[in-house]
Amino acid sequence: MIVKTIFSGFGGQGVLMMGISLANSAMSKGYHVTYLPAYGAEMRGGTANCTVAVGDEEIASPVASEPDYLIVMNLPSLFTFQNKVSAGGSIFINSSIIDARPNRQDVKTICVPCADMAQELGNNRVANIIMMGAFIKKSNVVSPDIYLKNLETIMGSRKKTLAEINRKAFAAGFDYIKD
Amino acid sequence: MNKVLMSGNNVIAEAAIRAGCRFYAGYPITPQNELTEYMAEHMRNAESGVFIQSESEVAAINMIAGAAATGVRVMTSSSSPGISLKQEGISSMAACELPGIIVNIMRGGPGLGNIRPSQGDYFQATRGGGHGDYRTIVIAPATGQELADLTMDAFDLADKYRTPVMILADGMMGQMMEPVIFKKPTPRQYPEKFMLRGAGTGKSKFIRGLLLDPIDSEEHNWKLARKYEVITKNETLHEEHRVDDADLVIVAYGTAARIAKGAIKRLRDHGMKVGLFRPITLWPFPELKLRALSAKVKDYLVFEMSTGQMLEDVRLALQGYANIEFHGRPGGAVPTPAELANVVAKIYDRKD
Repeated sequence: MIVKTIFSGFGGQGVLMMGISLANSAMSKGYHVTYLPAYGAEMRGGTANCTVAVGDEEIASPVASEPDYLIVMNLPSLFTFQNKVSAGGSIFINSSIIDARPNRQDVKTICVPCADMAQELGNNRVANIIMMGAFIKKSNVVSPDIYLKNLETIMGSRKKTLAEINRKAFAAGFDYIKD
Repeated sequence: MNKVLMSGNNVIAEAAIRAGCRFYAGYPITPQNELTEYMAEHMRNAESGVFIQSESEVAAINMIAGAAATGVRVMTSSSSPGISLKQEGISSMAACELPGIIVNIMRGGPGLGNIRPSQGDYFQATRGGGHGDYRTIVIAPATGQELADLTMDAFDLADKYRTPVMILADGMMGQMMEPVIFKKPTPRQYPEKFMLRGAGTGKSKFIRGLLLDPIDSEEHNWKLARKYEVITKNETLHEEHRVDDADLVIVAYGTAARIAKGAIKRLRDHGMKVGLFRPITLWPFPELKLRALSAKVKDYLVFEMSTGQMLEDVRLALQGYANIEFHGRPGGAVPTPAELANVVAKIYDRKD
């Protein structure tokens, strides 16, 4: 089993952090992992994406021909990557700022208004963690507990409030998905 | 030692410090900045560690040459345009027989090119790069774990043959994170007679690359050539992946080899018997190993993220004994395994 996911959006939306936190969590569960970032020369406002491969066997190519999951945090990313997603795969959309929907019938579309939800929580910057909550619930790549534990390790325990808001954000995204 | 998830750039830096590298000089350039950054942060915690952000790439290579002459383990790193600037210094280190590690995290070229992964510096790395009759050992890792292991081994090779060693990776290897475990480095063996640390009451020592007498210089050149022959004989590394029953073999290194492995998985699922020959040392090139493989496999595809550079070494190795095709994506383009699989499938159907 190898699961490949592409996270994409603007630089500054925490797209790379989504990938790093997933890769770390999967590694801590003993999976083979690759995390491959790609970003423009500019830090904020440019495009950013990363590909995370998680597998119980050696991962040959860190590049995804046909990712199983695609997370798009901005509109350009949807256009760039929607055709790559494998048939039967899933596309997660930041529906707060993306009105367009995939023009494919053979993929599942999951809309999460994560930017609005982040605003409700009082911190715009946790939109990515809300999306991760929804993603983990749907994909089950790792358990929520493992993910949150690793997220805390990566973020460092400098600020207690940071861990708390991340937990809240994750729970909000996780609970948003009903089934 | 636990597994840690680290970017390739950080893995090289950490492995170097663990291997006893105590002098690093470098100048920033994407996509290798994380290596310099890691050294800035961690070299100060290493005993007698020195980190210098030099004023230029030229300064960095000359700084490590000077430090190497004093007997310290040294490293510098850069990306393609910066490596071009270092060539005079690398030639000088080869002439003076100074051990040191030069890391090239290749990006798209020529010129300033772009900051995406590429393999366009193969010629520069394997043919010497600078002026004069010399070679540098060139190691091309393809996984995070290899970056860790081979960086440590590179220091031993540099000491053993007293020659600069280049680690040739690309932006993808530098930026990609994979879990790694750092091995325990072997204790350094480097005779004190090669270290310039003040003569004291002993005999004076001299390290130089300027040999005005042509007969002396010729002798020095042949001495180096004999050394390179020994390296060629003893130090080639390569990997063969699923070649036993293969009808067609892809020859690729580094990142391209990773993509090739992904393509091979797809092709095998469709019943096509395809394998991989991956040179790990690019100089010395595993020429005899590849030639030996041509006794049973007659069709090859060289795949590089360039317009075809290693292709020449493959031709030299196979000497017309086998058919060679080529697929290249230069200038910072990174193909997917699916794309490569399509290319291979077409060739596979065509061959007799």
